Amino acid sequence: MSDETKPGLKSPLRRKLLMGMAALPAVSMLGRPAFADVPATSAVNTTGLAVTDSEVTVGILHSVTGTMAISETGSVEAEKLAIEQINAAGGVLGRKIKFIQEDGASDWPTFAEKAKKLLVNDKCAAVMGCWTSASRKAVLPVFEQYNGMLYYPTFYEGLEQSKNVIYTGQEATQQIIAGLDWVNKTKGAKSFYLLGSDYIWPRTSNKIARKHIENHLQGCKVVGEEYFPLGSTQFNSVINKIKLTKPDVIYAIIVGGSNVAFYKQLKAAGIDLSKQTLLTISVTEDEIDGIGGENIAGAYACMKYFQSLDNQNNKAFVPAFKKMWGEKTVIGDVTQAAYLGPWLWKLTVEKAGSFDIDKIAAASPGVEFKGAPEGYVRIHENHHLWSKTRVGRAKADGQYELIYETADLVEPDPFPKGYQ
Amino acid sequence: MVINSRFFNRSELLGFLALAVLLLVILPLSLDIFRLNLVAKYLTYAFVGIGLVLCWGYGGILSLGQGVFFGLGGYCMAMYLKLEASSVANTKIQSTPGIPDFMDWNQITQLPLFWKPFHSFPVTVLAILLVPAFFALIIGAAMFKRRVGGVYFAIITQAIAAILTILIVGQQGYTGGINGITDLRTLHGWDIRTDHAKFILYFVEVVLLFGCIVAAQFIRLTKLGRILVAMREQEDRVRFSGYSVANFKIFAFCAAAVFAAIGGAMFTLEVGFMSPSFVGIVPSIEMVIYTAVGGRMSIFGAVWGALLVNFAKTSLSESFPQLWLFGLGALFIAVVLAFPNGLSGIWADHIQPRIDRLFASRKSKSAAGLVADGAPAE
Repeated sequence: MSDETKPGLKSPLRRKLLMGMAALPAVSMLGRPAFADVPATSAVNTTGLAVTDSEVTVGILHSVTGTMAISETGSVEAEKLAIEQINAAGGVLGRKIKFIQEDGASDWPTFAEKAKKLLVNDKCAAVMGCWTSASRKAVLPVFEQYNGMLYYPTFYEGLEQSKNVIYTGQEATQQIIAGLDWVNKTKGAKSFYLLGSDYIWPRTSNKIARKHIENHLQGCKVVGEEYFPLGSTQFNSVINKIKLTKPDVIYAIIVGGSNVAFYKQLKAAGIDLSKQTLLTISVTEDEIDGIGGENIAGAYACMKYFQSLDNQNNKAFVPAFKKMWGEKTVIGDVTQAAYLGPWLWKLTVEKAGSFDIDKIAAASPGVEFKGAPEGYVRIHENHHLWSKTRVGRAKADGQYELIYETADLVEPDPFPKGYQ
Repeated sequence: MVINSRFFNRSELLGFLALAVLLLVILPLSLDIFRLNLVAKYLTYAFVGIGLVLCWGYGGILSLGQGVFFGLGGYCMAMYLKLEASSVANTKIQSTPGIPDFMDWNQITQLPLFWKPFHSFPVTVLAILLVPAFFALIIGAAMFKRRVGGVYFAIITQAIAAILTILIVGQQGYTGGINGITDLRTLHGWDIRTDHAKFILYFVEVVLLFGCIVAAQFIRLTKLGRILVAMREQEDRVRFSGYSVANFKIFAFCAAAVFAAIGGAMFTLEVGFMSPSFVGIVPSIEMVIYTAVGGRMSIFGAVWGALLVNFAKTSLSESFPQLWLFGLGALFIAVVLAFPNGLSGIWADHIQPRIDRLFASRKSKSAAGLVADGAPAE
C-alpha cells in the first residue's frame, strides 16, 4: 500500500481528535467506566505484568513483511484504531494502553520467537495477533506455557480451545452451516461443488460443509471436491469440470492471491456469476480489492461482517477507520474481528477488576461488547464469540450488499458433534 | 610443516578458545533464558554453516538445498516428540485417541507405517543421522556420477527443496501440512519447555557444535580435505590422477547433510516445533547467506556468521518492524560487495596481521639477543 492512500497518517493531532469523536457513540453506549478512580497497581496486577499506575502494555503481533503482510495489515490498523479509541475514552482501569508491535514476518517460528519476547521480556498484559492457523499453532504453546492472553481475529477451522486465547473470528460451523441452509432454502440448491486451497482451514471447512450437505439438507449432494496448492493460479481444468457437472452451487474456499486467478478464469470461461450461484467464505472486501469488483460481482459470501452493514456502530467505525488509515482502505471481516480484540480485553479487565491472566480468562465468558461494528457480540464459555452469520452479494464497486442474516446469534461450536 | 601437522594452528586455537569462552561462559552468564534460547536457535544454523564450509568452501559444491536436510533432521525429531505428546491420555477428545492431532483432523484413523519407528528414541537418533545421509547419498550419486556440477547442481538442490516443501504441505494428514508439527512437550518424559530444560539443551547443543567443529576440522586436515580443495581448483587434474571425484563429492555432500540434520534436530528441541518453512528455497538460501557472511572458507566464520546475522535479524526486527528487511538486505549487499570472504576474510586480512605484528615485534624485542630459531615469520 502506498503512502498517498493514507493521508490521515500525516496529521496525528487531527487524527487523535477525530478518533476521540468517533469513539463517542461507542463509549456512550457502554455507559460510564465503572471505575471512577484508578485502583492501585498492586491490587490489579499480582503476577508481574507490564502495568504501572498510568500505563499498561499490550503486544501487537502480525506479519507486516512477507506474503501475509497484505492480509494482516488491516488487522494491525484495526487494533491500533481500537487502542487509540480506548485511550481517548480513558483507557483501561484508568491506565493508558501502550502497545509494542512485533513483526511475525509471515514466518511461523518468528511468530513463536516474538510471542515469547512479548510475554517474557515485555510482560505484555495481552497480545492481539496472528492471522494464519499455522502462526496460531506456533504461538499457542508459548501462550500456554508463559500464561499470556492472545486475541486471535481470523475465521478459522475450529478444533481448538484454549484458556489463553480469545477467538474473535468465527469458528468453521458459524460460517458454514447458516450459509448452506440459506442457499438451500432460497436458491433451491441441491448439488454442490466444493473447492479449496490445500491446507487445514479449507479442508476442515469443506469436511463440515460436506457432512451438513449430505446429512442435514434434504436430497442434496456433493458432486465434486478439489484442492489446490497455496498460490496456485491454474484453475482451467476444474472450471471445465464445473461446466460439465453443472452444480447448483460452487462452494469456494480459495485463499490469497489464487483468488485473483480463479475469479478471472471463471469469468473468462463464460461462467456468469449472476446466473451461476457461487458461495465463498474466504473472500472479504480486502480480497476483492485484488480480484477486482467486476470479476466477482454476483458472488455470495458468508461472513459475519461487511463494510456496508447498516447499523449505528458501523456508521461510526467505518469513517473512523478511514480517517486514520485513508479513504481508499476497505474493511473486511477479519479487520473488524481484530478491532474487537482490544475492546473485549478492556471490557474483560474491567469486569474482572484485574489484569491478571487467570482472572481475565475466568471473567471472559459472558463479556458483551455492544459497540461492535458487526452489531453485538458476547464471549462464550469456550472463548469463542456468539455472533450472527450473514450472507452478502458482491457488487462491481467491491462492496457487499447484505442479503440475509441469521435472526439470532449463532453459538460457537469448535468441536462440532457429528461433523468430525 | 610443523605448524600444519598440528590439529589447530595458533590462530585456529585462539578462535576455538574464544568461541568456547563466549558460548560456554560469557553468554550463559550474561543473558536471560529467553535470549539464551534465541542464541541456541541461531546456533542450530551454525551446524548447517559448518557443513556448507566443507561442501561449498572446500569442496566447491554449492548446495542451495541444505534446508532439506535441516528439515529432515528436524522432522525426525519432531515425529518422535509428537508421538510422545500424543499419548492416549493427552488426546482423549479426538475421534481416534493416541494419534497426532493433525492426523485426526484429516480423518486418518491409524498411525501410518513410517511413523511407527519413531516411537523409539534410539531409532529416532539413528534416523536423524541416517535418513538425511541416505537422501544426500542418492542425490549425490545421481548428480556427481553423471558429472553434474556447479550451477546446475545448485539449481537441482533448489528444486529438491521446493519439491519437498510441496510434498510436506500437500500430505498434511501425514506431515501436519503447512502448520508443521507443533505442540511438542517432552523428550523421554523430560519436559523440554521449562527454563531449566532450555538451559540444559543449550549446553548440549554447544557441546554437539564443538563436536561438529572438531569433526569438520579433522576432515579438513586429512588427505581427504586436501583432495576436496584440489577438486575445487582443478577437478580434471584430480580425476586424471586416479581419484574418483564423484565419491569424494558425495562424501562431502553427505557430511554437510548430516551436520545440517543435527542442527535441524536441535532446532526442533530448542524451538518446540518444526514446519515446512525451514525446508524450502528461502531458508536454504538464507543458510548459504549466513555462511557467506561468516566466510565460506572458515569453520569458525560459519558459526560467527550464523550468530551475527540472526542476532541482527532479531534486533533489527524488534526495533523497526516495518523496515528491518531492508536493513538486513543492505547488510548482505555490503558484505558481499566489500568483503567477498566474509567476516573471517576481514579478520584474516585486517585484524590477524596486526595481532601477528604485535606478537612478532614483542618476540623480536625479547629474543633480540638470541639467534633466530627458524620459526617462520609469517
